[in-house]
Amino acid sequence: MKRYSVFAIAREAARYHMGWERAWASPEPKPAYEVIIVGAGGHGLATAYYLGKNFGITNVAVVEKGWLGGGNTGRNTTIIRSNYLQDSSAAIYEKARSLYETLSQELNYNVMFSPRGVMMLAQTHHEVRGYLRTAHANALQGVATEFITPQRVKELCPILNIDGPRYPVLGALWQPRGGTGRHDAVAWGYARACSAMGMHIIQNCEVKGVRSENGQVTGVDTTKGFIGCKKLGLVVAGHSGQLAEMAGFRLPIEAVALQALVSEPIKPCMDVVVMANTVHGYMSQSDKGEMVIGGGTDGFNNYTQRGSFHHIEETLRALVETFPIISRLKMLRQWGGIVDMTGDRSPLISKTPLGNCFINCGWGTGGFKAIPGSGWAMAELMAKGEPGPLAAEFNMWRFKEGRFIDESVAAGVAH
Amino acid sequence: MSTRLTRGGRLIDRTAAVEFSFNGKRMRGFHGDTLAAALLANDQMLVGRSFKYHRPRGIVASGPEEPNALVNLGSGARLEPNQRATTTELFDGLECTSQNHWPSLEFDVGVVNNHVSRFLPAGFYYKTFIHPRPFWKHVFEPIIRRSAGLGKAPTQPDPDRYEQAYAFCDVLVIGAGVAGLKVAKAAADAGQRVILLEQSPTLGGRAPVDQTEVDGQPVETWLSAMEADLAARDNVTIRTRTCGFGVYDHGYVLADERVADHTPGDGRPKHRLWRIRAGRIVSATGAIERPLSFAGNDIPGVMLASAVRDYVVNYAVSPGDRTVIVTNNDSAYQTALALKAAGLDVPAILDAREAADGALPQAARAAGIRVLTGKAIARVKGTKRVTGVAICAQAGEGAVQEEIACEAVAMSGGWSPVVHLFSHCGGKLLWDETISAFIPDPARPPLNHDGSAMVECVGAAAGDLDLTGTPVAIPPVWVMPQGAPIQLRSKMWLDYQNDVKVSDVELASREGYVSVEHTKRYTTLGMATDQGKLSNINGLSVLAETLGQEIPQVGTTTFRPPYTPVTIGALAGEARGEIFQPLRKTPMHAAHEKAGAYFEPVGLWRRPYCFPRPGETHEQAVHREVLNTRQNLGLLDASTLGKIIVKGPDAGKFLDMLYTGVMSTLPVGKCRYGLMCNEQGFLIDDGVVARIDEDTWLCHTTSGGADRIHAWMEDWLQCEWWDWQVYTANVTEQYAQVAVVGPNARKLLQVLGGMDVSKEALPFMHWADGTLAGLPARVYRISFSGELSYEIAVPASHGAAFWAACTQAGKALGAMPYGTEALHIMRAEKGFIMIGDETDGTVIPQDLGLDWAISKKKADYLGKRGQERTFLASPDRWKLVGFETLDGSVIPDGAYVIAEGVNANGQRNTQGRVTSTYYSPTLKRGIAMGLLKHGPARMGEVVEFNTVAGGTVKARVRDTVFYDKDGEKQNV
Repeated sequence: MKRYSVFAIAREAARYHMGWERAWASPEPKPAYEVIIVGAGGHGLATAYYLGKNFGITNVAVVEKGWLGGGNTGRNTTIIRSNYLQDSSAAIYEKARSLYETLSQELNYNVMFSPRGVMMLAQTHHEVRGYLRTAHANALQGVATEFITPQRVKELCPILNIDGPRYPVLGALWQPRGGTGRHDAVAWGYARACSAMGMHIIQNCEVKGVRSENGQVTGVDTTKGFIGCKKLGLVVAGHSGQLAEMAGFRLPIEAVALQALVSEPIKPCMDVVVMANTVHGYMSQSDKGEMVIGGGTDGFNNYTQRGSFHHIEETLRALVETFPIISRLKMLRQWGGIVDMTGDRSPLISKTPLGNCFINCGWGTGGFKAIPGSGWAMAELMAKGEPGPLAAEFNMWRFKEGRFIDESVAAGVAH
Repeated sequence: MSTRLTRGGRLIDRTAAVEFSFNGKRMRGFHGDTLAAALLANDQMLVGRSFKYHRPRGIVASGPEEPNALVNLGSGARLEPNQRATTTELFDGLECTSQNHWPSLEFDVGVVNNHVSRFLPAGFYYKTFIHPRPFWKHVFEPIIRRSAGLGKAPTQPDPDRYEQAYAFCDVLVIGAGVAGLKVAKAAADAGQRVILLEQSPTLGGRAPVDQTEVDGQPVETWLSAMEADLAARDNVTIRTRTCGFGVYDHGYVLADERVADHTPGDGRPKHRLWRIRAGRIVSATGAIERPLSFAGNDIPGVMLASAVRDYVVNYAVSPGDRTVIVTNNDSAYQTALALKAAGLDVPAILDAREAADGALPQAARAAGIRVLTGKAIARVKGTKRVTGVAICAQAGEGAVQEEIACEAVAMSGGWSPVVHLFSHCGGKLLWDETISAFIPDPARPPLNHDGSAMVECVGAAAGDLDLTGTPVAIPPVWVMPQGAPIQLRSKMWLDYQNDVKVSDVELASREGYVSVEHTKRYTTLGMATDQGKLSNINGLSVLAETLGQEIPQVGTTTFRPPYTPVTIGALAGEARGEIFQPLRKTPMHAAHEKAGAYFEPVGLWRRPYCFPRPGETHEQAVHREVLNTRQNLGLLDASTLGKIIVKGPDAGKFLDMLYTGVMSTLPVGKCRYGLMCNEQGFLIDDGVVARIDEDTWLCHTTSGGADRIHAWMEDWLQCEWWDWQVYTANVTEQYAQVAVVGPNARKLLQVLGGMDVSKEALPFMHWADGTLAGLPARVYRISFSGELSYEIAVPASHGAAFWAACTQAGKALGAMPYGTEALHIMRAEKGFIMIGDETDGTVIPQDLGLDWAISKKKADYLGKRGQERTFLASPDRWKLVGFETLDGSVIPDGAYVIAEGVNANGQRNTQGRVTSTYYSPTLKRGIAMGLLKHGPARMGEVVEFNTVAGGTVKARVRDTVFYDKDGEKQNV
């Protein structure tokens, strides 16, 4: 793998950039691998990367139905934060956030992690108490957050209307090292690093069946034929239910559409990420200048990657109220993604009823921020066959025991 | 120079001059002009700067596909960034400024990016700005953000208003060109209700510019007859300036009507969002001309041939005295003829095809225009405007054969049908080899619920590029010349706004970003404000060529709504400010306002938090209200409390399933406290249930929970127990409710008079109907404060009168109103739980010591099996206890009880947390409730709470009832 740097660009510029090599190889599948990961989104690629980096397992294939990073990795609003309430959530999201801090350097690919700060507005007294609780929890979890005053909110984000007639801002939970990243670059950067370790990323290869013998996984049938493996990781977000069915078990997961949109680009006017859970909306400004906006999920299940438009209207209504200046901007593009939701809205990183088959899913509306931590924990689970401390609480049998990891107190709506 | 012609211009009114300004320069146009036409008429060729390299940009198109001519329109609160000049109607006093440059449009420092553009290819930012790490946030990112971004953000709230409206029709026709008009007329003839939308202010589409005849009649004659015919019909609605921008499932279409963009501040809504449900959707959206990829095709003065034609014919604007035409198809010859007809010079038509013998080329030759076939542009000369072109052979590598001086270049690379609306809901496309374009596949349209086609395309949108039905052939010409070397390919623009060139797509392909979505995201091709209307097909054909694949194999990126960007204000609609969300007020609200109440939002309600007197802080007011209620008499407006009637033969059975306790055995006339859990077993609501008669119960819920619980009841009745005979009604707003609380409570009711409220007649947890102060009243003897207390419900219309009567009669008894905070403190002093404080969706009633409210006899209730799961039945759960700080201080809200050591993830261990914490004015010290591991077994133990500052607060574990443990005060 040729290193990327300003010098490499200068060298290539002299020959009109004709000398750049592929960021990742495009191999045909081998008959078998030690590990197959299904799903080349951020979580799947990160799992492969940390299998190689932390455990030296590089005989790995990542198979992908479409193009890598084409699911929720490429559809989210790129927010990165770890100000979660429950210990096990805070642990894995903070692990992810701290890995994001150095990910560009580690992957030699600029993922543009921008720790510009994330604030979650408190607009009712109840919300104030909720965020004070999170602040106390975070203090014990090693997550740097603080509860700030409305005046400080206004200083950090001058375009915010803190005196709205319906929901005046009463304060905010502020995580100064939260922020945003470039979502596609995360997938591309991991893919390039995996490929450099000799792993195979096989795009346009749909898994059609999971084969097993004596309760142990033996491989997958794909549109490119059978591929054998000793261990199988299912990391396919919204389509986890279908893959689990192929593997012979059911999941406590439902799929719903979540929508987002961007405005036309404008000059910088907002330097932080703001989430307003009482009115249901969140917004940040991308480096291109687009206002990146997300809202709530549909109230019914579907797989269409389109949502109900009234959610867009509700979100914009809330945000015009919160940021009055956006009224005269224009919505450039709206889209939907299929999010996989568990009963407690926390993920699964788990062994499954099928031997040597592991699953990572259920990130719901907030998976992007977790990618490095999720991959780290999933790699440990797959390499050792048992979960490490990061994944321990996220097993799929917790619903049977009632051991919920419920973030509804802290997370209100979508992430 | 570009200028206004002395005659012609079918859309302008030369008698109505209009003044406007561009970058402070005063200019003149005519009524009927677009801003773009008027700018060209004033020789304003340079109108902006591109996104990445800050290259000079001129007007290239004449419609919504325009990528370059974006301006900041208006000023102050009416500033609107990124407004397309090509679709902005000129009005008197219009002010606009160009974007994305510093210090000025003519001299932009950012153009340095252009000079080093070789070092800034597609995706360069992924490969650099990596070291040193802090530089991304503090140096590189701020620079990138400032140089990107185009228009300026407004700084003031939007003074305009926006409307939203619904419409229904049998047939919705989007696009009022000839094809759309014909469909509309046919449907109207068949008696169907028709809505016809047209994004521009006029009907007819391209026909008046491109055609001489329609159906054998002169085009203008045909058009006026058609307009008059449709306008006269009751079953046809025509909306101009209305863009159907998105198709959604089940025949739902959204359209944006630009009502007053051209008459700002006239009091009408700026835009109107139409939500249309249509039986049949017809997309008659026409086609958009494609640019050609030749070196220097982005220099101001290079325009689409159709746009040049539009400016000449519609607005009598000349793009320059000498215009070279470059094309791969016949349609651009019309431009040559139009220019000629206007008296302008066309030095040459460069046709990439080896032969051009159709009717139009013949007409051009006959008009004396030099037609050169097999030719291409090697490069365009000029920087801020075109000065000439160098000609080469299309089949070659760009060796210059001749140079021609000119002021404009009109290009046509063929036409792309506007298939966006067909594709929004999953319609599939076919590649048409004849016209080298994607057309809708009639066999795979987006589907209705019944499997029928939801959207059909007609006319040019369906690939029928000629109105007369004459087949049109457009050979593929993706790069000009065919064998152009990299030096030329790195000067061929695909996406003008985002600065994506042919060489960038090739680079993406070389680096493996070969999925069309990867190419788009890596190069930003098609991600500009025109969303690739001009660039996508050209870009993906370059990608296909580099991959040696056919274009349909490469496919397109997904077409997403909106077709053109829509103002956010229009999507948000009227709901802003005071009417952003409905405000719910109790019947006594005005009295509270008069009494100086400080309100807090509780859901959509406003409730008095406290009633501060002059000079009092909120805290002082709350303490006074608590003490007065405990000592004399307090009045609480409890109207927001949820009230749901549950009635029917199976109502008792239903409530027994809903609540953890038994409600079916409750005698008529009595009240019982109840808990509701979800299926998981977690406590979701509580309240007092009263049995009204044999088959009627009234369920009180929390104030915030009324709607949620009513929906919860209906969910079970409609989806699971649909055969049970139970009816529910949310009567929360039908009653005003007043809590009369304190030692003098009974006295007040006796003064009001009308019914016996004595201990014997109305014991604790009973209710009675009667009259108080001459008003019909239902009196519940219940208490949430630990005092002698009655809650009196009167019909909502009597609420204000009853409140006034209580206040008046209470004066002599020391009555004062109290708010929600005093309510909270008093319930905490008594150890009563509050949903949302003691519960958070993870707490079961057993955690709160409420086992007494859970029936042991019932076979089932919602949550029972959930609560039997191992983790919920574990003896190690955190349970409710009281806490007293050793120093009397108040434990901080949200604090955790710390435990020894750290867990496997390095987090400090915890063993509990505070759930309610207050200063008790009654006890003159801090009191708290909270959850603690093995809590009830640890009475008297001292534990430590954390603070956010890193310190701790010591507190002793105790029971939860801080006040009147034996209930002597409420049972009098």
